[in-house]
Amino acid sequence: MNAPLRRAGVVVLVLFALVFGKLNWVQAYKADDYRTDPRNNRVQVAEYERPRGAIEAGGQTLASNTETEGELKYQRIYPKKEIYAPVIGYKPVNLGATGVENFENDILSGSSDKLFADRVSDMFTGDKTGGGNIVLSLIPAAQEKAWKEMVNNERGVKRGAAVAIDPTTGAVQAMVSMPSYDPNPLASHDDKIAVAEYRKLDSEKGQPLLNRAVASTLPPGSVFKVIISAAALESGAYKLDTEVPAGAVYQEGGATIRNSADEVCPGGEITLKEALTTSCNTAYSRMGVKLGRDVVIDTAKKFGFEDESLRVGDLEDLNTGLSVAASRTGAIANQDGSVDKAALAQSSLGQRDVRMTPLQGALIAATVANDGKQMRPYLVQQQLDSDRRSIYTAKPKVLREPVTSDVAGGLREMMISVVQNGTGKNAKISGFSVGGKTGTAQNAEGADDHGWFIGFAYDKDGKAVSAVCVMLENVPGGHASAEAARIAGEIMKAAGRGGD
Amino acid sequence: MTASAVPAPTPTSTGEMSRIRGLKTRRNAELGLLVFAMLLVAAFGATVEANQFDEIRPGFWLPAALIGTLFLGLHMVVRFTAPYADPVLLPAVALINGIGVAFLRRLDIARAIAQETPEPGLFADTSGRQLAWTLLSLVLASVLLLVLRDHKIISRYAYTLGLVGIVLMMIPAVLPEDYSEVNGAKIWIKFGAFSIQPGEFAKLALVSFFAYYLVRKREVLSLASHRFLGIDFPRGRDLGPVLTVWLFSLLVLVFEKDLGTALLYFGLFVVTLYVATERSSWLIIGLLLFFGGVYVAYLLGAAIGGPFANFYDRAELWLDPFSQENYTRESGNSYQLVQGLLGLGTGGLFGTGPGAGSPGKVPEVRTDFIFAGLGEEIGLFGLSAILIIYLLIVERGLHAALAVRDSFGKLVAGGLAFTLGLQLFVILGGITGLIPLTGQTTPFLSAGGSSLMANWLLIAMLLRISDAARRPANTPAERAGGPKKAPTQLHGAMTEVIKP
Repeated sequence: MNAPLRRAGVVVLVLFALVFGKLNWVQAYKADDYRTDPRNNRVQVAEYERPRGAIEAGGQTLASNTETEGELKYQRIYPKKEIYAPVIGYKPVNLGATGVENFENDILSGSSDKLFADRVSDMFTGDKTGGGNIVLSLIPAAQEKAWKEMVNNERGVKRGAAVAIDPTTGAVQAMVSMPSYDPNPLASHDDKIAVAEYRKLDSEKGQPLLNRAVASTLPPGSVFKVIISAAALESGAYKLDTEVPAGAVYQEGGATIRNSADEVCPGGEITLKEALTTSCNTAYSRMGVKLGRDVVIDTAKKFGFEDESLRVGDLEDLNTGLSVAASRTGAIANQDGSVDKAALAQSSLGQRDVRMTPLQGALIAATVANDGKQMRPYLVQQQLDSDRRSIYTAKPKVLREPVTSDVAGGLREMMISVVQNGTGKNAKISGFSVGGKTGTAQNAEGADDHGWFIGFAYDKDGKAVSAVCVMLENVPGGHASAEAARIAGEIMKAAGRGGD
Repeated sequence: MTASAVPAPTPTSTGEMSRIRGLKTRRNAELGLLVFAMLLVAAFGATVEANQFDEIRPGFWLPAALIGTLFLGLHMVVRFTAPYADPVLLPAVALINGIGVAFLRRLDIARAIAQETPEPGLFADTSGRQLAWTLLSLVLASVLLLVLRDHKIISRYAYTLGLVGIVLMMIPAVLPEDYSEVNGAKIWIKFGAFSIQPGEFAKLALVSFFAYYLVRKREVLSLASHRFLGIDFPRGRDLGPVLTVWLFSLLVLVFEKDLGTALLYFGLFVVTLYVATERSSWLIIGLLLFFGGVYVAYLLGAAIGGPFANFYDRAELWLDPFSQENYTRESGNSYQLVQGLLGLGTGGLFGTGPGAGSPGKVPEVRTDFIFAGLGEEIGLFGLSAILIIYLLIVERGLHAALAVRDSFGKLVAGGLAFTLGLQLFVILGGITGLIPLTGQTTPFLSAGGSSLMANWLLIAMLLRISDAARRPANTPAERAGGPKKAPTQLHGAMTEVIKP
């Protein structure tokens, strides 16, 4: 009987070896997958053991925590609800975090190497010190004003975005996207509530989860004339008082260009400055065609078009931050690659395949206001450790220098004229010298135009205090850009006062 | 024919070996190992306190000291009633039993902290009850060792035990579900707050019966045969009992909704049959019957459901536990299995440390899934150690079977040891996802009195048989009027004459 007993022993050995093998598979090979599986909330429990850092701006708390009785010890709360949601995003228990909550997670959760000292002291004291805090560059007065003016716009527009930037530093002063959402239900510890809320928001037609300020690209219309003006001045062949051909109608390669109204530049010639002030379509189409496709595309690129890698976060890690969609000029080419002049004429007016994000619009205005230097936009002003000692302070960086100081000066004069005497009068605000450019972008048949305004404001001391872009989608009833200009003025006023 | 059914051992076989090695009792080695095991258990308890309370409270010493004293008590009983017993069995089992109690205490502490109730008392909550069950089990094991001075005495009651075994095995199947079903497996008898798993005891009774039956029948089963395809197959009429047991197991599978129990009973029978007859054809027949039966049950479950549905569901969960459909199903989902796997994965190689993980997330972590809970905290290395200790217990049991001189003892020890190994494979394989999950207890670890008592009785039997195996033919103790010399004749045994 001993031989079969020995074999039984071998069988048991084999069975145990199988279990051992499977254990290795589960605990070694698949361990990382299982540890980070969304259904494994052990990691989350550990994550909620310590309070997550706060997100603040201008002395106001935008994201903080309350203690709970539950297994997850801290509940994330967003007191400002939808006003800041597109920027700071939300930190849900199971879904992925977004916005500042996502790209500054290392600091907020306390896992960053910069907070190593906190972690070491935790080991000795047994405390659970919170994560680091994030101070945003947003100016609460400007942000709240922007949100209020956007949602209460006089034209009943439901969708749009606004961005304000400090032209001299690149600090984002305001960034709103409409419609927005309340991030609080998404951070609910009850998975069912969070998921239901996410599904609801995700399926809404207005796409509230989309941060239109950086993610939405729409035809910029006449705003693009600033680019054409820059190209013209840079070429050396044009000055502000150079007479450029205009006219009521301009035909080029099958495209017919008309002005927005009969009284706009019906004559044969008009100065460059006047052309921008009145937003003369025929003059800019002709100018764009004359400058040529490559110059137009190249100048747009110098201002930041076609940049696929720009992110707005902190200035330390340029690979994190809100991802900015690339603005486009389109190919402006026939099928054989040659210049499509009809397309070029239309593209010079920011139509056809030209697409721009509101952030890109603000960057153009900021560049003009900052003597041709485009500062890298950023949102994170400071990172603080749990004891509020600074571990990072933003040091502004030049992103690009698209035009010379002289050209920028010319553009500035032209844009100020737009607000003083031209299409952008709505943006005028007392106490500031304001310049800008309106844009009305035609859409597919039947849809209302988009209204744009990009602009900048100088205070009494001649300091550029704010550059802004307002975009309203599908504005009913014509003159789409007028309301955008008005809102832009309000935002710049709030930013100019609160920014000191 | 009244000659002994036990074939006389050949001088070169195990008898000789054990006589040489039996000169030393090895009791002091057992004591040393036991003390070491208890130190490990105490260290585990201390680590739990350190991780749960951030300090080592004096409370943990009491259970650890009590359990240590209990095992020392059993050691003393072994010292006087089975002096030649295997010295490894007791410390190995004591270590696992002790870790089990300590881990249950860890779960109780975590629950007490969460509910803000005071630390559980000595015999309170699950761990306290388990401690009490351990006490009772050790008393039972001691009584068995004291009363049963020769394992062959059991053969006198073989038919009674066989009947008891079958009745115990069948009770849950015929009881209404209210009194027998827990988590979809009908393997319980419940009355009030009290419930037992009769199958745990049935196992012991059936092994004894099988051993007796097979010792009587082994000649006819091993000699009378038809040769087919190079394998000796038994005669049709001899297949009767095997087919009966196979049918019983499948009935258990269907009516108790438990593959594990069925596999256990059937494997137990086939292996004792194989050991008794030394004919591998039994193994082949057994395996084919079992897996054929299981596959048919799976197909039937898919096609007609009914009593087979539970098994089919479990097989489906096993095939893809992580699929969203299986995970979120209303009832009978893979939540438990997945959470167990995620816990094991979170533990990784080294584990979180005793008391530092969240094993409470796994449903039934106190009973069926204790191995997964433990694995999160002691990691792959810790579980491997536990696995090796289990393997050691099984192999020491098989070793006792090899060494003992009588056929009945060989079959009992071999059957019991193999069953233990098989049960471990069934539950650990189920938890790790190696085989479909079935509700088996993890011997000596899981909370539960039936399992603990039955398995300690099993160990007591193995101790008794290993003592018989290593005991010299005539010890001074026996000459000095110790227990009467064991009857060499198996009660009522006779070899059936082969009628060709």
